[in-house]
Amino acid sequence: MAWLLALLQTLLFIASAPLLAGWLKKVKCRLQNRRAPSLFQPYRDLRKLWRKEPIVAHPASWIFKAAPYIVLSTTVLAASIVPLIAVNLPTAKIADVVVLIGFFALGRFFLALAGMDIGTAFGGMGSSREMTVSALAEPAMLMAVFTLAMSASTTNLSVAMNYVLHTGLVLRPSFVFAMLGMMLVAVAETGRIPVDNPTTHLELTMIHEAMILEYSGRYLGMIEWASQIKLMLYGVLIVNIFFPWGIAQNFSLQALGFGALALTLKLAALTVVLGLSEVLFAKMRIFRVQEFLSFAYLLSLLGMLSHIILEVRH
Amino acid sequence: MAITELSHYQQAILLLASLIVLTSFLMLGQSRLLRLVFIFAVQGILLAITTALAADVLDSPHLYISALLTLTLKGIFIPIMLQRLILNMGLHRDMETLPNPARVMMGGTGLVVFSYYVCLPIVKLSPLITLNTIAISMAVVLLGMLLMITRRQAVAHVVGFMSIENGLFFAAVVSTYGMPMVVELGIAFDVLVAAVLFGVFFFHIRSSIDSLDVDQLNRLNEVEK
Repeated sequence: MAWLLALLQTLLFIASAPLLAGWLKKVKCRLQNRRAPSLFQPYRDLRKLWRKEPIVAHPASWIFKAAPYIVLSTTVLAASIVPLIAVNLPTAKIADVVVLIGFFALGRFFLALAGMDIGTAFGGMGSSREMTVSALAEPAMLMAVFTLAMSASTTNLSVAMNYVLHTGLVLRPSFVFAMLGMMLVAVAETGRIPVDNPTTHLELTMIHEAMILEYSGRYLGMIEWASQIKLMLYGVLIVNIFFPWGIAQNFSLQALGFGALALTLKLAALTVVLGLSEVLFAKMRIFRVQEFLSFAYLLSLLGMLSHIILEVRH
Repeated sequence: MAITELSHYQQAILLLASLIVLTSFLMLGQSRLLRLVFIFAVQGILLAITTALAADVLDSPHLYISALLTLTLKGIFIPIMLQRLILNMGLHRDMETLPNPARVMMGGTGLVVFSYYVCLPIVKLSPLITLNTIAISMAVVLLGMLLMITRRQAVAHVVGFMSIENGLFFAAVVSTYGMPMVVELGIAFDVLVAAVLFGVFFFHIRSSIDSLDVDQLNRLNEVEK
């Protein structure tokens, strides 16, 4: 029963990821006084890409064809770890946050390889940039996770959420810092605006898009879907770790329904914040990204320090 | 005391204390003077809120007066004065980029760790709840000094100096229920006078070396070379 529920939750996760992307688009269009496409437009785009025949360049090796499958499957596995609408599920128990970051790294590794596989200049440039950004973002992410782990004495997400739920509302300085650090990391890792522009058509400024420039058809659809799931993953991580209230703690239908409703509202609110920041800030120069990410690292580090200095018994 | 055993007001004091350190770090990394002054004002306002909360938690009502003084002086009056000075001297377009901001930031976190180690014996002395923040206030003092060391602009030096004063005031509030009223009024007045005097000095420095870059003061010599 619990395993079935875990499977259903993962399916719900990957099925609703395009919806979140649609909502983000809607928020941004609204803020820029444009007419927004329908909420379900990302589904239509995915369906269109799925039907098209993928075209592969001549020099492509097996890595190029395997990469979309690996990227999508690691992202789906990562999504199965994160508690979405219920805690205490069996999938969340067998893997912790470090595994989650490992899945991200594995997917990113193959995507970077695929970017270099064809041998075009833009692909290699995109891969090199992506690796630079992620090498700087990962320490910040891990430091934020460790800050959380020091409070909850665990790196397991489900147990940590339970801990936050049971201690009630505590104004922890360390959580505020870790949340801010994680938000900055999320912006960098999902390629949103101050770091990378997902809608750009100018190859020289691309990071993520430059790697997938050669993909088309079904392969492109898989990668797009994976990046939508990744965006939702970071959103769910932030809202469920720092504001877990409303998440289902038992598996009754009522609790699950309430959990889904609470999660939808929280994610919608977080997406509005993301949309606002995307509209307000301009894209940074690529050489400013390391300042941005070192600030994220600083925030996470301050979170850990403030935990040690202010929150524990001396 | 672990944080889960404290009341929400006490937790809020700890949270605000950590935000004050964050403003110190933001000041370290800020290259534009007007924004630097704005962050300084935010620090003053946070300090005033912390003091008001401490007055409630520590049950010492005279701290409300200190909070009000801090708010009017460091939150509103001095920042507005500095802002006017910057606008008058046309410095608001200047950018002072640090050669390596990440290194300065990491040095800053080193200072935070250092002040934690130094203050650890003091924290163990007393069961006072807010005493954990004494390391934070010392870190604010040290970060203010770091700000003064890393900058060349005289205005940034003044902001660093004022933020050192913020740290000292914060230490007094959280560790000893605030200083006696006479001392506090005296310090507030001193800070005000200092701010006015600095304004006068700015004009003097600028009229003698035609810039507010204090590195150029190194060239001044008593004897002709």
